[in-house]
Amino acid sequence: MTPLLALAGVTKRFHAGTPSEAVALRDINLTLAVGDFVTVIGSNGAGKSTLLKTIAGMIPPDAGTISFEGRDITRMPVYRRAATIGRIAQDPGDSTCAAMTIEENLAMAERRGTRRGLRRAVTQAARARFVVALAPIGLGLESRLGVRVAALSGGQRQALALLMATLAGARLLLLDEHLAALDPRTADIVMDLTARVIAERQLTTLMVTHKMQDAIRFGNRLIMMHAGAIILDVRDAAKASLTVEALVARFHEIGSDMTEDRVLLAT
Amino acid sequence: MAQIQPLLLNMFEQGFLFAFLGLGVLITFRFFRFPDLTAEGSYPLGGAVAAALLVEGSDPFLASFAAAGAGALAGTVTALIHTKLRINNIIAGIIAMTALYSVNLRVMGKANVPLLNTPTVFSETVDGMNRLGFGLHDNVYTTIPIAFVLLVCAGLALIWFFATDLGLAVRATGQNETMIASLGVDTDRTKIVGLALSNAFIAFSGALVAQNHGFADIGMGIGILVTGAAAVLIGEAIFGDRTVAWWVLAAICGTVIYRLLVALALRVGLQPVDLRLVTAVLLLLALTVPRWRVRVPK
Repeated sequence: MTPLLALAGVTKRFHAGTPSEAVALRDINLTLAVGDFVTVIGSNGAGKSTLLKTIAGMIPPDAGTISFEGRDITRMPVYRRAATIGRIAQDPGDSTCAAMTIEENLAMAERRGTRRGLRRAVTQAARARFVVALAPIGLGLESRLGVRVAALSGGQRQALALLMATLAGARLLLLDEHLAALDPRTADIVMDLTARVIAERQLTTLMVTHKMQDAIRFGNRLIMMHAGAIILDVRDAAKASLTVEALVARFHEIGSDMTEDRVLLAT
Repeated sequence: MAQIQPLLLNMFEQGFLFAFLGLGVLITFRFFRFPDLTAEGSYPLGGAVAAALLVEGSDPFLASFAAAGAGALAGTVTALIHTKLRINNIIAGIIAMTALYSVNLRVMGKANVPLLNTPTVFSETVDGMNRLGFGLHDNVYTTIPIAFVLLVCAGLALIWFFATDLGLAVRATGQNETMIASLGVDTDRTKIVGLALSNAFIAFSGALVAQNHGFADIGMGIGILVTGAAAVLIGEAIFGDRTVAWWVLAAICGTVIYRLLVALALRVGLQPVDLRLVTAVLLLLALTVPRWRVRVPK
């Protein structure tokens, strides 16, 4: 069966040829089967975010190929990949449009992957669909469709971003520390919502997180990155038996200077 | 009263004609959040194209819409320079503005084209009405309602457009480009649409003003972006930041108020040579006054 996503030999260097050259991705080979829910952990600068941005098309790799359902998308622009790839960033300001209303944001998300024309964006029928989509989130957003997103809290904005990323067309969901800017309680609520949406829509998912418990608790597969490479890739039963202590030990094993890293602080 | 009436007439006449400029600048300056200097070239381009066609005996409405089309083309060029050649948007505007100076001279054939004996959209409309039995004259009393009707149509068209799928994508491109690209929008295309629309409005304004003032001049665009920005900011200072319809209304009212303030400045003894200074002060006030208002608890 063709994997949903396949990276082969993907390499990315920043500031190549200068003294500040940094290898962000080092010969990455990664295959995601349909339905895989992969959590990604690693120290700061390990290349997690670069990996997701490269898959999304925001960063062109220096070498290697990326294919989606067997089709080479290495040179495909962001907006065309977006037809099947949804992405949420860490900052709640990044994945929603603050100056526009909830219904306008959802209307834009609903048209993912289609050429936008001169049809009225927010119709009564669309509003009815948005109410149905928002109600299960349980944040009361369905009664505030005309409110600007700027008026929402960080958690509400990330929940809305989650809905926008998954509302239409997306088969692959990229979550780039989408809970990192939220307070712990809100982060838990949005994480539960995330898991629910992924299960309901059967989305293949890559979720970068700095919370080890989340990385262990959610998903069927876990990868650990270090210095631009994948150094651990466990799945199913092996993943289920992972503990935070084992992962921390693993971090120490690779000898990286983890002591002041947030990875430890979060355990 | 004898003092105030010509002042108010001038305010509405010039305000409504320049309001198309305000609407155009609103799109780039507020929705795209950058000062698009193409305006300095597309505004006189509108005047030049309309004047050249009118002198050739063209229909005034046709000439005015052709001017808007030329403006759209100018905006498209700026957007292509910005997106395809990856030049900073302000620099792209400066390049287009510079090139347009020569284009405008070529279109007009000389630095100033008088339009005193050609029909205008205003005289044409008055003639049309008179054929229906009205006894109207082509003067400020007919120019104001004609400009107003055109302006209402333009404003409604903008409000409609910015509520469509494409319109939302254009707005979002200026607000959060990364986000709208990640929703599958080709932002090169939305930038072209936005800049074309903006400069079409600006050129249309240039065409109407040239017909109203009775000439097109190569220098008519100098400082026009600041005029438009001042109008938008005055409107914003008064109306605040709400919906698109509100923004459109604010830009129109802002332009009218700007024209009133300019007329008042002339009335209190300032000379036309002082107008740029007045504009600069108004722009500064429009930028700073809303900041004082914020301190008032809501």
